[in-house]
Amino acid sequence: MTASAVPPYAPPIDGGASASSRRPRRRFSVLTQRDKLTIGLMVGIPAFVHIFLIWLPALGSVILSFTSWNGIGGLDKIRWIGLKNYENLATVYQPFWPAVQHNLLWLAVFLFIATPLGMLMAVLLDQNIRGTRIYQSVLYTPVVLSLAVVGFIWELMYSPGQGFINNFLATVTNDPRWITPGTAIDWTGTKGLNLFAVLVAASWRHVGYIMVLYLAGLKSVDNTLREAAAIDGANSRQTFFRVVFPVLAPINVVVLVVTIIESLRAFDIVYVTNKGLNGLELLSVLIVTNLLGEASLVGFGSAIAVVLLLISIGPILFYLYRTMRTQPT
Amino acid sequence: MTDDVATVGLAEEVLTGGRSVEVVSGKRRSKVGTHAFLIVICAIWLFPLAWTVYTALRPYRDTANLGYVSVGGTYNLDNFFNAATGMELWPHLFNTLVVVVPAVIVVLLLASMLAFAVSRYSFRFNVALLMLFTAGNLLPQQIVITPLFRMYLALPLPKVLNEYGLWYDSYFGIAMIHIAFQLGFCSFVLSNYFRQLPKELSEAAVMDGASVWRTYRSILLPLARPALAALATLEFTWIYNDFFWGILLLRTGSKFPITSALNNLSGQFFTDNNLLAAGSLLVALPTLIVYFALQKQFVAGLTLGSTKG
Repeated sequence: MTASAVPPYAPPIDGGASASSRRPRRRFSVLTQRDKLTIGLMVGIPAFVHIFLIWLPALGSVILSFTSWNGIGGLDKIRWIGLKNYENLATVYQPFWPAVQHNLLWLAVFLFIATPLGMLMAVLLDQNIRGTRIYQSVLYTPVVLSLAVVGFIWELMYSPGQGFINNFLATVTNDPRWITPGTAIDWTGTKGLNLFAVLVAASWRHVGYIMVLYLAGLKSVDNTLREAAAIDGANSRQTFFRVVFPVLAPINVVVLVVTIIESLRAFDIVYVTNKGLNGLELLSVLIVTNLLGEASLVGFGSAIAVVLLLISIGPILFYLYRTMRTQPT
Repeated sequence: MTDDVATVGLAEEVLTGGRSVEVVSGKRRSKVGTHAFLIVICAIWLFPLAWTVYTALRPYRDTANLGYVSVGGTYNLDNFFNAATGMELWPHLFNTLVVVVPAVIVVLLLASMLAFAVSRYSFRFNVALLMLFTAGNLLPQQIVITPLFRMYLALPLPKVLNEYGLWYDSYFGIAMIHIAFQLGFCSFVLSNYFRQLPKELSEAAVMDGASVWRTYRSILLPLARPALAALATLEFTWIYNDFFWGILLLRTGSKFPITSALNNLSGQFFTDNNLLAAGSLLVALPTLIVYFALQKQFVAGLTLGSTKG
């Protein structure tokens, strides 16, 4: 092993506490020209790839949202139309407001049902319970599945003629109307119902994800805190809400941001269900529909992307502020 | 000093000792309740998967005759074989792997280099760069897709990699966008990891005259092995599971990743759900195997990012 060749302690040349604060500056002087080039490339290549493929198109969305372009012909065919796309979005384009509502509902279900359930599972599984590993594995299994596969698996539950739910009801009530076309409930095809059906499937996956994140946080809490609370006579609920939860502020931020971003990103599961139509409209889906539609409305699709960007930038900045604040420089 | 510790220890013993009986009996009662709750939840959680397995094992004919919620008839693996053929499992699995394997390797290589540089050498944009990367990773992918789609139609590629000579409809293009996105998460995790390693390690190497590259390659990269293993497991699953980039940045059906191959099984007028169940399980199998075989790495990868230390 190479590491064993390194002495466990490298004596500083001029020692002393005052020198340590100046260390970074001094280290640069040790670097040769070639070293500087190496560092430049080590930072430059990843930065270029990331900025070129993520931030440049993100900026592109912002710029294109003020234009009218159908993607045919060169960039010189682009016409500037100001805020016209946004105006049309808010007034003429019918799926827009339903999509915003659906995204908000998605967020609400994740935030108030799925995420708290995941946190509850983590708290229960953290208390040295027998078989905790098995419970954790079961709850986490859906998380390793692709959302596209999750969509198909739940289709086996929801399908009106062949799905478990309707067939179960038909068997139990001995009433074949449950699976007869026309009278059977079409869980994923009925407006108003299908969004909740899909949300159940999405939550099935989300709960396990939150559980793992939160469990890791709980494990990192110093046990003496809990002991101290117990000695002071706090019951387990008080210990959690008054002692553990506040200490877990950093992980709470992660969980909150993950929940928000996952709700804004939701796409796959809706797209495999019915391509995001008829009650399953989401902002993410509308962007894709405008991109792949017969008349590719680049400018208009970009305007929807900017709306999504504006919604997501808030939580992202909040997250960065909270994490990087403690980051050593 | 030692006196204090002893007193505290003693006090603790007295306090907990006095209450232990009451606490234990109360705990035992609540544990039964907890187990009951957990078992119910886990049963609900397992049911959709168990149902998929059960349906996949039965021929369509039997479920049509006996009903879906029934026992009996034959159980066999025919659906799995038919699904594998029907969805062209092997070519599509190849499509996925030809993207996933290089993407995971390259993303870990680039992320470890960046993390090494920002954690060992301070320069002006250190934190700003990490913030940019993290923010980029958190952006919903749909924000970039419209301009990215146009860029992919314009960016040239050697004909060896794609018959149209474009990033669009090429494995290369798919791998690149995964690399760009995942760089954010991986550099963040790895830079935190590198920061925890003692600075003296690399300083000693520099004193001994090692170049920056040598310090990275021979000292820090080997030490990051646990973190790299964890990230590799996680990234494999994430990129394997992708559906979005595959359907948008590819056009030729035969190049589509395995996650979108399931669509080949649902007919326009009639869908055989038993076949679909088997197909879903086949698609899920590689990630399930990776998860159960490397569970520890998997969870470590996730938690490295969310908790520091």
